[in-house]
Amino acid sequence: MAKQRVLIVGGGLAGLAAAMKLAELDIAVDLMSLTPVKRSHSVCAQGGINSVNDLTRQQGDTEYLHLDDTVYGGDFLQHQPPVKEMTVWGPKIIELMDRLGVTFNRTPEGFLDRRRFGGTLFKRTAFAGATTGQQLLYGLDEQVRRWETEGKVKKYEFWDFLGPVLDDNGVCRGAIGQDLTTMEMRAFPADAVIVASGGPGLIYGRSTMSMVCTGSAASRCFQAGAKFGNGEFIQVHPTAIPGADKLRLMSESARGEGGRVWVPRKPQDPRDPLTIPENERYYFLEDRYPKYKNLVPRDIATREIFDICVNEGLSVEKDRLAVYLDLTHIPRAELNRKLGGILEIYEKFQGVDPRSTPMKIFPAVHYSMGGLWVDYQKSADGGLQQGSPKNQITNIPNLYAMGECDYQYHGANRLGANSLLSCIFSGLITAPGIETLLKGSKQAASELPSSLFERAMKQQKTRHEGLLKRPAGGENPYLIHQELGDVMTKAATVVRRNDQLRDAVAKVKELHERSHKCSLSDSGVWTNQNVVFTKSLIDMFPLALTILQGALARDESRGAHYKPDFSFSALTATDPTERRRQAEAWCDNFDENNRKWLKSTIATWDGKEVKLSYEDVDTSIVTPRPRLYGLVGAEEIEKVWKERQVAKEQAAAKNGNGAAAGKPALAGAH
Amino acid sequence: MADSHHANGHGSNGHAHGAEPAAKPDTFEVRILRQDAPGEPSYWERHTVKYESDMNVISVLQRIAAKATSSEGKRVAPVAWDCNCLEEVCGACTMVINGKVRQSCSALVDKLLTDHPAEIELQPMTKFPVVRDLVVDRGRLFRALQKVNAWIPVDGYYDLGPGPKVPASIQEQTYPLSECMSCGCCLEACPQYLKVELVRDEGETEEAYQARKNKTFDSEFVGAHAISQAMLFNMHPTGAMNAGDRLEALTAEGGIQVCGNAQNCVAVCPKRIPLTTSIARAGRATTLHTLKKWFGG
Repeated sequence: MAKQRVLIVGGGLAGLAAAMKLAELDIAVDLMSLTPVKRSHSVCAQGGINSVNDLTRQQGDTEYLHLDDTVYGGDFLQHQPPVKEMTVWGPKIIELMDRLGVTFNRTPEGFLDRRRFGGTLFKRTAFAGATTGQQLLYGLDEQVRRWETEGKVKKYEFWDFLGPVLDDNGVCRGAIGQDLTTMEMRAFPADAVIVASGGPGLIYGRSTMSMVCTGSAASRCFQAGAKFGNGEFIQVHPTAIPGADKLRLMSESARGEGGRVWVPRKPQDPRDPLTIPENERYYFLEDRYPKYKNLVPRDIATREIFDICVNEGLSVEKDRLAVYLDLTHIPRAELNRKLGGILEIYEKFQGVDPRSTPMKIFPAVHYSMGGLWVDYQKSADGGLQQGSPKNQITNIPNLYAMGECDYQYHGANRLGANSLLSCIFSGLITAPGIETLLKGSKQAASELPSSLFERAMKQQKTRHEGLLKRPAGGENPYLIHQELGDVMTKAATVVRRNDQLRDAVAKVKELHERSHKCSLSDSGVWTNQNVVFTKSLIDMFPLALTILQGALARDESRGAHYKPDFSFSALTATDPTERRRQAEAWCDNFDENNRKWLKSTIATWDGKEVKLSYEDVDTSIVTPRPRLYGLVGAEEIEKVWKERQVAKEQAAAKNGNGAAAGKPALAGAH
Repeated sequence: MADSHHANGHGSNGHAHGAEPAAKPDTFEVRILRQDAPGEPSYWERHTVKYESDMNVISVLQRIAAKATSSEGKRVAPVAWDCNCLEEVCGACTMVINGKVRQSCSALVDKLLTDHPAEIELQPMTKFPVVRDLVVDRGRLFRALQKVNAWIPVDGYYDLGPGPKVPASIQEQTYPLSECMSCGCCLEACPQYLKVELVRDEGETEEAYQARKNKTFDSEFVGAHAISQAMLFNMHPTGAMNAGDRLEALTAEGGIQVCGNAQNCVAVCPKRIPLTTSIARAGRATTLHTLKKWFGG
């Protein structure tokens, strides 16, 4: 048999981790990326990477608690076995990255330093300055470069993945790629293809994501028949700096140190903000949340800022959405001491000194919890079966997905500092599984009849040349992209309403039609960025519709998906009996809602339309419970809910129901 | 709609921060050095861009791509350029802006127009072969990282326990070096780093061409970034076990001896990496290494 090869699409943390591990297993790797892999989007991650560690362990932390925080943060929408395995690997992954020379911050004694992150009480997060993603990526990039010099990895940088090649049985046998410089197309026969191409932020026009995050690779797999899971779950960060080209993160510590959020009461007041008197300013967070003020939880801050601009029309600018985040009342020296680094970022990209002028900020699309549906093999201990070729495989045989472009680890909302972990973990767990897959195969993809690849090449060439030959005077792809971004940002970010989502579906379908009528301003055959962009734009629509239709269908609020029309209200009664009754009703609603909606959204593409179906979620380790942070009446609801759990467990024990009885044992094992 | 608002908004806002000019233009001129492909002649082209607030050079190039019409009203192909993160951490969008090498994402239009009101001038980096317009081929830069073994040669990726303890004082030295994003600014500014442009021969296989490129690159100056990376890995307890290999690479042809100590590299580094400190350290280490070799050490 000829030498088997694996093609990896995308060279961020997930793709590089897989490449390095496959090379160690003596499997030949082709690594394809739109950009030199060292410039992948992973470099943008700042905060850190989570794992249980020697210190937190002695404070009572366990892998089980990391799992619990992750699935609680994700509103229980992720299958628990893969998350369990990830948390077990967490400490080992950080030790590995440490061995690779990542410049993690150190304690005075020379150990890895840790910080606390949102969604946990433990200091689990290892970090390298404010550029942890960059440092981790470099660690992996260096290893892959080492394998490259040994001839085990061949990089195809500045290459576009045009789509998987499927044989007559629907098995993935490779892919078609295109050199972005010469525009040459080439078939890559491969015994397994891994898509590790990141998130689809560009569907929203501007986001915190990088320019390669078009989602096109995932969309091309989706259009070839791969299922897409939980597309509607898009994480929005409350405070980003709106730029003409990109939305850059502004850390929450600005509010933590006393920053006040406000808008002028007069819409788009043209005055210099500093000259607007106090009584003409609307400190809407302080007004609406007198207890938490500007430090309301992240999702609430996001919703309120969105609401004040979109629904109340009080954005500080006419044709752009922003509110003021004001630090000017804090002494300059104090700001420099506490917030120097992040203020420099604002200054660098806005050219304005935030110590003397209120910053303009707005929530921004930040991360996609959804992605290509992938499978896993559950092990006897409730984690993942190592070496199983099922781990991370899509529903298309031999086609794998990992990193942000899979749907596996973050449920309805991602916990901070868990994404770097999920990327590296999914890369490392997949490689041994692929080794098993390759061992079980009798024929190398390179020995298959060339007609298979020629057919796929022909399709791609027809598509490409069809675009180049489009008559002039048609649609402008860049302007259609802007329109798409506007529609998506308005309808499918922070607050979702069915009427708006319905309108957006219609509008996006219309834009999809129009995108096929684009005229290119460059019909050349050398480094034609115009045609590459147009193709990725056209491929954004199936995913855009997946997000919108998933959101439209899901009549509930869960994690990052918030629908006010379907949210449970807070407790209103003050009378104890009535309050108790309300709490009981609340818990009934919660259970009923979970019966209906604690399910993964599964989207498929039939060539023209998105079709939705739903799959049960494996919650075998941690029983789903309500997320009550900030809700009025939380204590009462929690009390009722706990009583019910105890009653359920007792009933189960009496009946000798093994499943329920097994849970405490499993938890205790950690 | 957009322009009237922005013109107004900024006219009144201007006095808030004194460095900005009082009035914003409706439009501004951008002069771009274009080249259709390697080996083709380069030519200047002017574009008129509608002024918007908070623009950087990336958004200027995005507007130019959307409009695809030069100042003379001629339909032209969009200007090709390279970019990705737009946060100055990926290094992709490096170019020469108003004569200075830097990232285009952090090059703000307001600032550029304040310093040079007439126009903004964009050119590709001059030390790398132009692929098209502002896109250059920086493959040589990554080859230099191979040459100096810029990695930790670990035993493997199985669970082998924790890494070596590293004193915080060492981390404080290595972290700034590891922020190098391979952007190439230090090479553009270096008088000793000369452009190498090769052309694939007819009938030459891809592999043969790559091998010939690598051989040529290896005989030319590695540059400040690679010297600094070699020092980064030599400072790591595990990396130090192979320090000699990296020093060997730095004393070979195209190594540290080519450095003329112009110190331009450190002046243009967007991450303020102490490149000249690394070079000085490498100079001492390679001298010692060579001496040791003479005495059979």
